[in-house]
Amino acid sequence: MNTILILEQSLNGLQFGLMLFLLAAGLTLVFGIMDMINLAHGSLYMIGAYLVATFSQASGSFWLGLGLGVLATVLVGVLLEYTILRRLYHRDHLSQVMGTFAILLMSNEIVRIIWGAQPLMLNPPAALAGPVMLMDGFSYPAYRLLIIGVGLAVALLLWLLVTRTRFGMQVRAGAANREMATAMGANVRRLFTLVFALGAALCAVAGGMLGPLLAVQVGMGESILILAFVVIVIGGIGSIRGALLGALLVGLVDTAGRTLVPLLFDKAMGPEVAANAGPAVASILIYVLMAAVLFYKPQGLFPAHD
Amino acid sequence: MKRHLLHRSLVSLSIALLCASSASAADQVKVGLLSTLSGPGAGLGTDIRDGFQLAVKHMNGKIGNLPAEVVVVDDQQNPEVAKQTAERLLKRDKVDFMTGTVFSNVMLAVGPAAFQNKTFFISPNAGPSQYAGAQCNPYFFNVSQQNDALHEAAGQTMQDKGFKRVALIAPNYPAGKDSIAGFKRFYKGEVGMETYTSLSQLDYGAEISKMRAAQVDGVYIFLPGGLGVNFIKQFVGAGLSKDVTLYAPGFSADEDVIRAVGDSMLGTFNTSQWAHDLDNAANKKFVADFQKEFGRNPSLYASQGYDAARLMDAAVRDVKGKLDDKAALRKAIEAAKFESVRGSFKFNSNHFPVQDYYLRVVSKDAQGKLTNRTVGTVFKNHQDAYVKDCKMPS
Repeated sequence: MNTILILEQSLNGLQFGLMLFLLAAGLTLVFGIMDMINLAHGSLYMIGAYLVATFSQASGSFWLGLGLGVLATVLVGVLLEYTILRRLYHRDHLSQVMGTFAILLMSNEIVRIIWGAQPLMLNPPAALAGPVMLMDGFSYPAYRLLIIGVGLAVALLLWLLVTRTRFGMQVRAGAANREMATAMGANVRRLFTLVFALGAALCAVAGGMLGPLLAVQVGMGESILILAFVVIVIGGIGSIRGALLGALLVGLVDTAGRTLVPLLFDKAMGPEVAANAGPAVASILIYVLMAAVLFYKPQGLFPAHD
Repeated sequence: MKRHLLHRSLVSLSIALLCASSASAADQVKVGLLSTLSGPGAGLGTDIRDGFQLAVKHMNGKIGNLPAEVVVVDDQQNPEVAKQTAERLLKRDKVDFMTGTVFSNVMLAVGPAAFQNKTFFISPNAGPSQYAGAQCNPYFFNVSQQNDALHEAAGQTMQDKGFKRVALIAPNYPAGKDSIAGFKRFYKGEVGMETYTSLSQLDYGAEISKMRAAQVDGVYIFLPGGLGVNFIKQFVGAGLSKDVTLYAPGFSADEDVIRAVGDSMLGTFNTSQWAHDLDNAANKKFVADFQKEFGRNPSLYASQGYDAARLMDAAVRDVKGKLDDKAALRKAIEAAKFESVRGSFKFNSNHFPVQDYYLRVVSKDAQGKLTNRTVGTVFKNHQDAYVKDCKMPS
């Protein structure tokens, strides 16, 4: 085990965690404030990635594409909230799950019809395609560093928005006690729409940034949505701080697990067992983490409702 | 009254005769092409489909002089979905041949239904070790290569070139296990790292940093389709390509991957039983027409789809359209009297090919376009390692 490996894996975990945070932040606000389970959140991530990829390819500039893609996704998100989701707020969780799951299936089909079944390949800006030398003998992909930077910047902006603005105050009030916030004069209906737009924007940033690293494809939202739910359950529903900490925890545990567990198995039981059981056990780790957190703090680490 | 009876029996006799003759020769050939057309593996299935349909077009819409109907269905790279769809193709559509399968886990899931139904399955890609060895079946034919073969050729090449310590990466599924086993059958140096990843994994950050720590001088990846695209991009992005030489099986460095990755692919060595610059008439026509028809270079998968259709064509022609005579049809497929785009082609006793394997390298062609160039032959008339376990029922 050497320092470079640990350093590199920590950066990988940080990068993964920050992207999870962008998804979990929107999800936790919608869940926390409106008590609404939105399974279509991952669809916004997918739509965002597709729109960013399309605009980037059309304009030839990654940054312009990212900006336009985020705006367009916000539009889609607001439209979705205004036409369909709004009608689900007062229904029970089961109806919400059914309704948003239907949206998820339809989004997948619509994307398949518009863009085709094959994944889109998006390349990072040429200047960022290579590695950056961080210290002697250790270079790290420039693009992953950029993702970390963007993730941190967005987290900071969100924190300022939630703790330092009137909008943020209303959001926090809504998350803590919706009835009381309404009674005190917050326009909760408008707040919902704004929160939803914010969530959609964060999804699009995550989708657009991860696009060049991974592949933009139909169904990409589902696997990451499960992790985003794990994050908000660990962090405490409705809490931005909880989402950030939960996301970083999940990111680090997942990345570390994929390195360390097979290594440990290899030492203890030989490479054959390590090759078979290692990846399986590593993928269980985050659920073990979730179970452990829920055992000691059933409300999550930083619950918004008390 | 008597005359009437005679008339009636004459009519029924002639009808019976007509029926008997039409039962022996089919009036069309129906092919169920069950392939992966969505998700990370979609590029592979699309190329197989396009190659297959180009061949049918070359044969004027016919297979063995009979009008061909190709039913194309997406298996979504999901064995469960594939199983249900295969049942439908076999039972409702009553296809005469099954083909199209890309992934071995899908192949192992759909195979039994076809075999039970006595429908010939011509695999244009998946060649799991099970079907090459103990579970070999009279109704299964593989027209590409046994799963291990390209990896065996890569192992031999890395052994010949004197690599000391290599890293190996493959997805955790039957063909992934086969690939590493095949590589190690011929590579005798040290393995510094051996990792199996999930088939849906797209981020290789963790594996790449482990590879850096393992201090290897070469890496061999078996990552089909989009997985390989992501790995290579991330591998070059991490700056590892300067110290570690990348080797891949032909399908991880073929046209689809080159298109998606771009210049980072330059200098990647890979092994294949086919290359677009192989010098034979069938291949020249295939490559030129594929480019004209689809506006892109054909890949290994496309060549395999093309050969699958040509093999069916030859066999159906041989039995003069009598598709119900399974024993004769089987003999005809075994004989494989078609001109393969890879040059000489013949089946082993386990219905897998005995053929040559080549080393290719990604380089720029005369027009400055990135593509594969054949640099030499690794194996001559190579057969798979499982044929000895196959007791093919006669």
